[in-house]
Amino acid sequence: MKEGSETKLGEDYKVRGGSAHIDGGEKMEGGAFDGARAAELTAELRRSFDSGRTRSYEWRAAQLKGIARMIEEKEADIMAALHDDLAKPQMESFLHEISLAKASCTFALKELKRWMKPEKVPASITTFPSSAVILPEPLGIALIISAWNYPFLLSIDPVIGAIAAGNAVALKPSEVSPATSSLFAKVLPTYVDNSCIKVVEGSISETTVLLEQKWDKIFYTGSKNVGRIVMVAAAKHLTPVTLELGGKSPVIVDSNVNIKVTAKRIAVGKWGSNNGQACIAPDYILTTKAFAKTLVDALKITLDKFYGKDPLESADLSRVVNDKHFSRLTNLLNDQNVSGTIIYGGQWDEKRLKIAPTLLLDVPHDTMMMDEEIFGPLLPIITFEKIEQCFDFIQSKEKPLAAYLFTKDKKLEEKFVQTVSAGGILINDTGLHFANPHLPFGGVGESGIGAYHGKFSFDTFSHKKAVLSRSFAGEASARYPPYTQQKQKILRGLINGSFIALLLALIGWPRD
Amino acid sequence: MEGELKEVREAYESGKTRSLSWRLSQLKALLRLLYDKEDDIFKALEQDLGKHRAEAYRDEVGLLIKSVNYAIGNLRKWMTPNKVSVPLVAFPSRADIVPEPLGVVLIFSSWNFPIGLSLEPLIGAISAGNAIIIKPSELAPESAEFLARSVSKYLDDKLVKVITGGPDAGQKLLDHKWDKIFFTGSPRVGRIVMAAAAKHLTPVSLELGGKCPAIIDSLTNARDRKIAVRRIIGGKWVACSGQACIGVDYILVEEKFAPILIDMLKATIEKFYPAFDTLSKIINKHHFQRLASLIKDPSVADTIVHGGSMDSDKLFIEPTILLDPPLDAEIMTEEIFGPLLPVITVKKIEDSIDFIRTRPKPLAIYAFTQDEKLKNRLVSETSSGSLTFNDTMLQFAIDTLPFGGVGASGFGQYHGKFSFDMFSHKKSVMRRSFLLEYSFRYPPWDGWKLPFMRSVFHFDYVSLLLRLLGLKR
Repeated sequence: MKEGSETKLGEDYKVRGGSAHIDGGEKMEGGAFDGARAAELTAELRRSFDSGRTRSYEWRAAQLKGIARMIEEKEADIMAALHDDLAKPQMESFLHEISLAKASCTFALKELKRWMKPEKVPASITTFPSSAVILPEPLGIALIISAWNYPFLLSIDPVIGAIAAGNAVALKPSEVSPATSSLFAKVLPTYVDNSCIKVVEGSISETTVLLEQKWDKIFYTGSKNVGRIVMVAAAKHLTPVTLELGGKSPVIVDSNVNIKVTAKRIAVGKWGSNNGQACIAPDYILTTKAFAKTLVDALKITLDKFYGKDPLESADLSRVVNDKHFSRLTNLLNDQNVSGTIIYGGQWDEKRLKIAPTLLLDVPHDTMMMDEEIFGPLLPIITFEKIEQCFDFIQSKEKPLAAYLFTKDKKLEEKFVQTVSAGGILINDTGLHFANPHLPFGGVGESGIGAYHGKFSFDTFSHKKAVLSRSFAGEASARYPPYTQQKQKILRGLINGSFIALLLALIGWPRD
Repeated sequence: MEGELKEVREAYESGKTRSLSWRLSQLKALLRLLYDKEDDIFKALEQDLGKHRAEAYRDEVGLLIKSVNYAIGNLRKWMTPNKVSVPLVAFPSRADIVPEPLGVVLIFSSWNFPIGLSLEPLIGAISAGNAIIIKPSELAPESAEFLARSVSKYLDDKLVKVITGGPDAGQKLLDHKWDKIFFTGSPRVGRIVMAAAAKHLTPVSLELGGKCPAIIDSLTNARDRKIAVRRIIGGKWVACSGQACIGVDYILVEEKFAPILIDMLKATIEKFYPAFDTLSKIINKHHFQRLASLIKDPSVADTIVHGGSMDSDKLFIEPTILLDPPLDAEIMTEEIFGPLLPVITVKKIEDSIDFIRTRPKPLAIYAFTQDEKLKNRLVSETSSGSLTFNDTMLQFAIDTLPFGGVGASGFGQYHGKFSFDMFSHKKSVMRRSFLLEYSFRYPPWDGWKLPFMRSVFHFDYVSLLLRLLGLKR
């Protein structure tokens, strides 16, 4: 923390690096965070927003710079919190959370002026003479509820978007990752203007009272079930929502591939992403019966290389986040129709909440493992006679957040892109599309509503206001009653973009 | 109904809607419908709303023709995937945003522009390649019947269907799972639609309304004043007798100009309506009673300075102007949606800004002014679906401007390309090859790999190169 350094920006606030004027996160001090406290919070955020302080470029840039500084200065603390919450390997914390958060901040700072600029658009002949612009403006006060698996990134990234768009924000980090949640509550307010950016810690009851308030936007990352609850709550106030949910992200592996690279990319996308606890991690694999053995052998070799003979001891694997999810996953494995299909791994350590990378071959389609999002280190491989049947299988399920295909066959690739609907599609790799700020990241169908990243974050927290300016010239009396035949003719012409009609209208014909 | 819904879903799954040719054929068929059936449309609107054919053309048929032509002319471009940049780190790869249809969409339209508000979203939904069910409002029954008859005759009747009926039919439809719901109507029903959609995680767009104010500043030029008054009337009574979501709900004017404004309004109303035969009627008895009760209270009735006469049999309410009715009366707290125009006076015109800000965000704000300072303040200090200077309603006709609300006036925007986007999923597609592997991506993450990654992510390609060459640890 920079002691005593004050950056004076704008007329009436200061961002301090020191310790004064911190109220920390809204926590349990002085009684529970109940409905009254939630109402107070939104009232304060609304007052701050209405004061206009979040509108200026300077304010927004200062907040983003504060966040960038926080990521820089607190890197060790962030890594430690992620390790506490998830035993997340350093490399993953760096790669998936810190770097992406930093990149998001940097990108927003670089592009912000351009994003904020009004966009001039051509008006039409019908309304000549006129000029039209589309002006982005903040929605107001935004509630961001984040998830536990990438608890740092999935909290700060939407906050970056909301701030860039000029909103006031309340962040509710997941209680299932308490170390990161507490880090936000303690640290974020010291780097940003905390009259407009607040952190609320808590679980179900705190989230419920927050959802009862009127927000101008709600951004939620998490499960479908809670997503439904969020949207129902938002409906009461007609609040627009973005829901980043999940699904069963399938991987189709064709026989025409570089099998070594394929196996590595699948493995790192699955177990190298929080040990499978990632919304875009490969959930299950589809391949042909003929190719299955080649694929399985390659995966086994890769897994041995990545995590050694005793994967439960490897420092490169996250643990399962908590008991509840641990039981959920072991129950999936214990299902009598499933346990026999394990062909690799399957070990676990309940005390340390660790489950080893596990491969299963041809798990029956009607098991829970093939019905719900796995969100863990278990990878079923489902085989069919023909590759087309793999496509059909995907179509028979809900649209996922991501769908992957490994193939060198361009025709197969094109068919996949055209016929498989998913939030995002990646050919010959896994997970990477997440890191491209030029691609919208979000779901479709049950995998979510709305998208973000890059400019899409700015847009998701903005209202694009249409502003039309007319002059008093070009008055077309044809618009008004009494509607003579002549007027009706002119009106038709005007609407159909006829220059003659325009000319006649401009010279005020017909006269009334 | 179940059978029809099943048929639409199956027809959609067959993939027929995906081709440019199918979509163009539907749009062209819609165009033919609008040309062939113009008289039937005029007749239906006349029966439902007493709408004059000039208004029916200007506000519904004409605009639809414009929108269909715009879509036909741009569809290929809209359907083309959008190539985007890829960070160097991911080289070699290619990334596109590919638009695809959402699937089977449900469109609820309202009764005031029953043809326009059903078919305008239809244009977007077809362009985006969806299958569609339209549920027109039962309060405009002739228009609903017209749509039910004609749409299936001209368009692909397995993929585009009209289902008529009342709230029961609407509720039954909401019990099903849709890939998108588009709703135009009141906030009350909007809430019901969104809550129902939430069960299936269906994305919705809500086109609601609000109290759209018109601010009238002092205009130095007499001709400009005259034109402003005509445009205000054009945005109030000429638009379906005030029953329009972007119609002028009330006026804000400096108290010293109010008398002049009111006199001019009166004179122009008389000129436009020597008899009231071109004025649309109130949609039904329920809304007639609603409007009548708005001016029943003596504290409100006393402020009437023009009009006030009503005929419940003819569902006629005279253009009525009120001067400073009480701000807590229902006429100033609820969307009027009728031919009653409150004129609210302020001391300085700048006070209008606070007046508007302390109220829910409307679908449109209108301001008649030449004062650039006031214009800039309005742009940055108020929020609304749209903001129009020196005219009313026209923003609706411009294909390049997004049309939709914010806050209480709704969310989601359409018209022009925005319609196509609203009914599409923008799918990210990234393609990589098997070339160029970075071993530092993979576990085991030995000590040397993390600093490597740092170099990559800081776009510090020099360090990266040095590390690759083994010259830096």
